[in-house]
Amino acid sequence: MIDAVGLHKTYRLKKRRVQALHGVDLHVESGEIYGVVGQSGAGKSTLLRSVNLLERPDSGTVRVGDEELTSLRGARLREARRHIGMVHQHFALLSSRTVAGNVGFPLEVSGMSRAARATRVGELLELVGLGDKARAYPSQLSGGQKQRVGIARALASDPKVLLSDEATSALDPATTESILALLRRLRDELGLTILLITHEMDVIKRICDSAAIMEDGEFRESGRVLDLIGTPGSLLARSLFPLPENGGPETVFITYPRSFDEPFMSELTRRFDVDVNILGGGVEQVAGQSVGRLSVDMRGNRRSEALTYLSEHGLLVEEAGK
Amino acid sequence: MITNEILYLAQEGNAVTAVTDFVREWPNMWPSLWLGTMDTVYMVWWATVVSVLFGLPLGVLLVATDKGGLIPAPAARAVLSAIVNIGRSLPFIVLMVAVLTLTRFLVGTTLGPTAAIVPLSIGAIPFFARLVETSLREVDRGVIEAAHAMGTRKSTIVGKVLLPEAMPGLIAGLVMTVVTLISYSAMAGAIGGGGLGDLAIREGYQRFNDHYLWATVILLVVIVQIAQSLGDLLVRRLSRR
Repeated sequence: MIDAVGLHKTYRLKKRRVQALHGVDLHVESGEIYGVVGQSGAGKSTLLRSVNLLERPDSGTVRVGDEELTSLRGARLREARRHIGMVHQHFALLSSRTVAGNVGFPLEVSGMSRAARATRVGELLELVGLGDKARAYPSQLSGGQKQRVGIARALASDPKVLLSDEATSALDPATTESILALLRRLRDELGLTILLITHEMDVIKRICDSAAIMEDGEFRESGRVLDLIGTPGSLLARSLFPLPENGGPETVFITYPRSFDEPFMSELTRRFDVDVNILGGGVEQVAGQSVGRLSVDMRGNRRSEALTYLSEHGLLVEEAGK
Repeated sequence: MITNEILYLAQEGNAVTAVTDFVREWPNMWPSLWLGTMDTVYMVWWATVVSVLFGLPLGVLLVATDKGGLIPAPAARAVLSAIVNIGRSLPFIVLMVAVLTLTRFLVGTTLGPTAAIVPLSIGAIPFFARLVETSLREVDRGVIEAAHAMGTRKSTIVGKVLLPEAMPGLIAGLVMTVVTLISYSAMAGAIGGGGLGDLAIREGYQRFNDHYLWATVILLVVIVQIAQSLGDLLVRRLSRR
């Protein structure tokens, strides 16, 4: 749905050159939620703004649906942007307009009649659960309600793609949870494709099907979240399960890419006569599945046999020494 | 001068008499005071209209042509800004004299309230333009970006985002301009512009008639109060932040 190839972008800030995008390729499938995670300054905000060309990349192409946006300018670019919704970190609502006025803004801009607008705005507010707030002003709403208005506005012109710029970063945990649930529901109900940027691993964990880790204007790794976690040396796995690095050369990191019924650890001690000492671990719901990671100390003569056994059963084994 | 009179009267123990004299004198002064007030209101009203007509677009251009603005044009902005600064740096009394030729060209005369509208407007346009610039700059950049992301034309962004979002600030700036124009208009009286300032100078100062001086002061204060209160009321009604 979104295909960006070879994006480069350099800024000049008072004689200093900042390379915000350094050859980024981004492919987002139709109907998936794709998260780009990274520290501030990693270039993720520039990447997101390149998709609807709020920032024009120095080189590279951006396609959304079947339209190559990088080849468009002026009125045709504005028209294309109307089919890409955007949600903003600080909501970006017009303080001088009511909730209904804000949600109706994109419809007004595209020339929809007042009557048709009123109907559509009503539907949209129902969709995000704010049917009773049409006449309120943004200053009378909570952060979570403001973001719901922002989402309703982004969906007004019935886009296929939604861009989310740190949509939950200004919100408390409980509200973040409800906004993420709303995004996921909208994806399911409307078949939206969502590209989001965030600095919170939690967001990736909770709603993303695919993810990319961005650093210094580049993707360090990208792909389906579950595939990434099952890949040796995955940065994503390490960030999702911060395990203590206090082990010695005998330490082994074991990733459970799904939930298992077998009691592997007791199995190991019985069959291979190894001593297993658990140093740390965790289980998380990732992309709708239970995923776990353990850090253990394992000693014994038949240690390597034990590790092979785990690998054969679909667990990912990484040895600290190697 | 008023102070001296009051002191003198106070010494005589006649302060009460002075006030009763003033009140008794009021009906005789009223016809010319009423004309003066109308002239002042007339000058200030039209000068305000012209200032908004030119100052508002000028303020929008100052913001729009800035880098990162809607139509970045640093050179054009530098020129505009320099013109505005020249207008802002001239004392009004000097500006009034300096534009006499233009006034004669536009109005046909340099005397009377209509002629005074020319220097008043020229003085107030750059003043209002800067106030417009300041309040437009306070509009959240994120909102403007959001409007771009929704495929909004630049002219629509000005009309439906920038100006409405800045409206309370714009109204406050307008009130400041009106109040400044009222004080300018009194100065315009000094070179034959008419209005309350003219009355204060001719009747009060040159003919030593203190009652006129007091009366014009009272009327000017009342006019400013009314303008300010109306403006404040409007700002409060419009503020949604």
